[in-house]
Amino acid sequence: MKTLEKYKVDEHGYYGKFGGAYIPEMLYPNVEELRENYLKIIESPDFLDQFHSLLKDYVGRPTPLYFAERLSEKYGAKIFLKREDLCHTGAHKVNNTIGQIILAKKLNKKRIIAETGAGQHGVATATVCALMGLPCTVYMGEIDMERQKPNVERMRILGTEVKAAKSGSKTLKDATNEAMRHWINNPVDTHYIIGSVVGPHPFPDMIARFQSVISEEIKWQLKEHTGKENPNYVMACVGGGSNAAGAFYHYLDNEDVHLVAVEAAGLGNDTGKSAATTQLGKEGVLHGSKTILMQTPDGQVVEPYSISAGLDYPGIGPIHAHLFDSGRGTFHSVTDEEAMTAGIELSRLEGIIPAIESAHAFAALSKMSLKPNDTVVINLSGRGDKDLETYIKWGKY
Amino acid sequence: MTITMQTNRIDQAFSDNSRELLNVYFTAGYPNIDDTASILEYLSSAGADIIEIGMPFSDPVADGPTIQESNMQALDNGMTISLLFKQLEGIRNKVDVPIVLMGYVNPVVQYGIEAFCEKCQEVGVDGLILPDLPMHDYLKNFKQIFDSYGLYNIFLITPQTSEARIKEIDDNSAGFIYMVSSASITGAKKGISEDQERYFNRVNALGLRNPRMIGFGISNRATFLKACEYANGAIIGSAFINLLKDSNDLKGDITRFIQDIKGINN
Repeated sequence: MKTLEKYKVDEHGYYGKFGGAYIPEMLYPNVEELRENYLKIIESPDFLDQFHSLLKDYVGRPTPLYFAERLSEKYGAKIFLKREDLCHTGAHKVNNTIGQIILAKKLNKKRIIAETGAGQHGVATATVCALMGLPCTVYMGEIDMERQKPNVERMRILGTEVKAAKSGSKTLKDATNEAMRHWINNPVDTHYIIGSVVGPHPFPDMIARFQSVISEEIKWQLKEHTGKENPNYVMACVGGGSNAAGAFYHYLDNEDVHLVAVEAAGLGNDTGKSAATTQLGKEGVLHGSKTILMQTPDGQVVEPYSISAGLDYPGIGPIHAHLFDSGRGTFHSVTDEEAMTAGIELSRLEGIIPAIESAHAFAALSKMSLKPNDTVVINLSGRGDKDLETYIKWGKY
Repeated sequence: MTITMQTNRIDQAFSDNSRELLNVYFTAGYPNIDDTASILEYLSSAGADIIEIGMPFSDPVADGPTIQESNMQALDNGMTISLLFKQLEGIRNKVDVPIVLMGYVNPVVQYGIEAFCEKCQEVGVDGLILPDLPMHDYLKNFKQIFDSYGLYNIFLITPQTSEARIKEIDDNSAGFIYMVSSASITGAKKGISEDQERYFNRVNALGLRNPRMIGFGISNRATFLKACEYANGAIIGSAFINLLKDSNDLKGDITRFIQDIKGINN
């Protein structure tokens, strides 16, 4: 018998009042084809074999669950790190792109498109397209291309065409618009690999399922470490929220486990330079789903800011909007300063330089009242190599 | 207050089985913020049969570069839905042409659906095109309100829309069906191919109850007439925005443009 799943997607594609598929008719057949087929395909033994064998041999899964002794000492709780930073390409993003590329093959798609902000999802998509021999076009905001040159070149080395999104604010949301427009113009042979748990149904659910391998592993790994598969807290940073969705997934309906989502507050939530969507946004519709959205009173989408290019998205996945709205998730926001400090602290205490996105999750540790017997799992979603320049510019180390 | 429910102006436009109806799209607040009402009047007196006013949005995913730029420019000019309703106040003393507002769902929801519809009725709007409003959400949360303010909701179909879905759309549409000529964003393709003719013929053979207007890729008299062979009329958007962009004489340019397309001799 199926247990009641209050926090997973319902049959209409909604999480509570959030989600759905708010798309122009031109996208309807593409999205409908996916909706009709995704569960059938991704639950088939053939798909699962290929998915898990690539995750193991190509991505390097399972990623370790590491007991961070010195960090634990400092914060007075038992803190474990889920080492998604050790995935091939340097972040959890590849879990999703592996899943979607196999799916695209099964749907007989001939070309792949994707959007990217900081370039991590773009690189993860370019990687699997090289692996499967499919031509790939990645849209990236013109401004982001300037800010993240090494990732642009990584994609090009992998054989992907990187196209500059020159519309609007020339960042992630505009790259997403351009990818959607490309998909409208090429509806039959192209698959769009969205990088986070955003977009029209079934994307948020499909991507959460691919990323759910993270919490699937945490459960048995934590049991090996502690004898129990449930921690008291699971913590993750949230931009669109794919790593958090993966880390929370198998704990969603176990309300003893506190789910802690950490957003980027940029220079501070009252400065006009923030990306803390749940703190500053309200209900709205963007990129195909109803969610919480940073917007003007007139409903125009606002350009967010964070030092971390992977977190400066004006929306949030509908699953997280529902976790926030229902109170199931606890949402913190941390500033650039707090995140950078936490990144340096992790480097010094554990010898791990985190991606600045992931550093946000660590910065929330000091905002919690932890007890010595509490078990905390932090999803270390990516490594800091790509952020070296930002660390250097920040300088305080 | 008594509101006399009169025939929707869109129905009047199609009432005498007219063919070759011209629907022209322009973005509110573009090129200059105060141009909205004048453009509407020039279009009407030049002979446009239906006028579609775009409510600018920061993220217009169904639109190509020309209309995107006009949206950005209009927003930079300070355009809002509230301001649009102010600009349209009293417009019904000047023009009788059907007016349709086109836009994305988020700004409308933020304005408030009921308040929005009430204002539409007050200024004399006849229909709405909200391309990212899904049918089930429309039926559940919007339809009753639209109906009570006499507003028609106009749906799009494309070459990829299945026959069953076209029939479902026809059942739930009023005014006309917006037949997108090709799989594309606005302004992307020019002209009409044999594939498209087959699609138009396929739709015509379905015996739909609503009239159809063909949009996307219509830019001049030739493409307009070609489209009119397969539908009640056609919609021009990007080509008209391009005209506005370069115009130093809105009245003269708009009049010539519309009369050229409609084949009206001065």
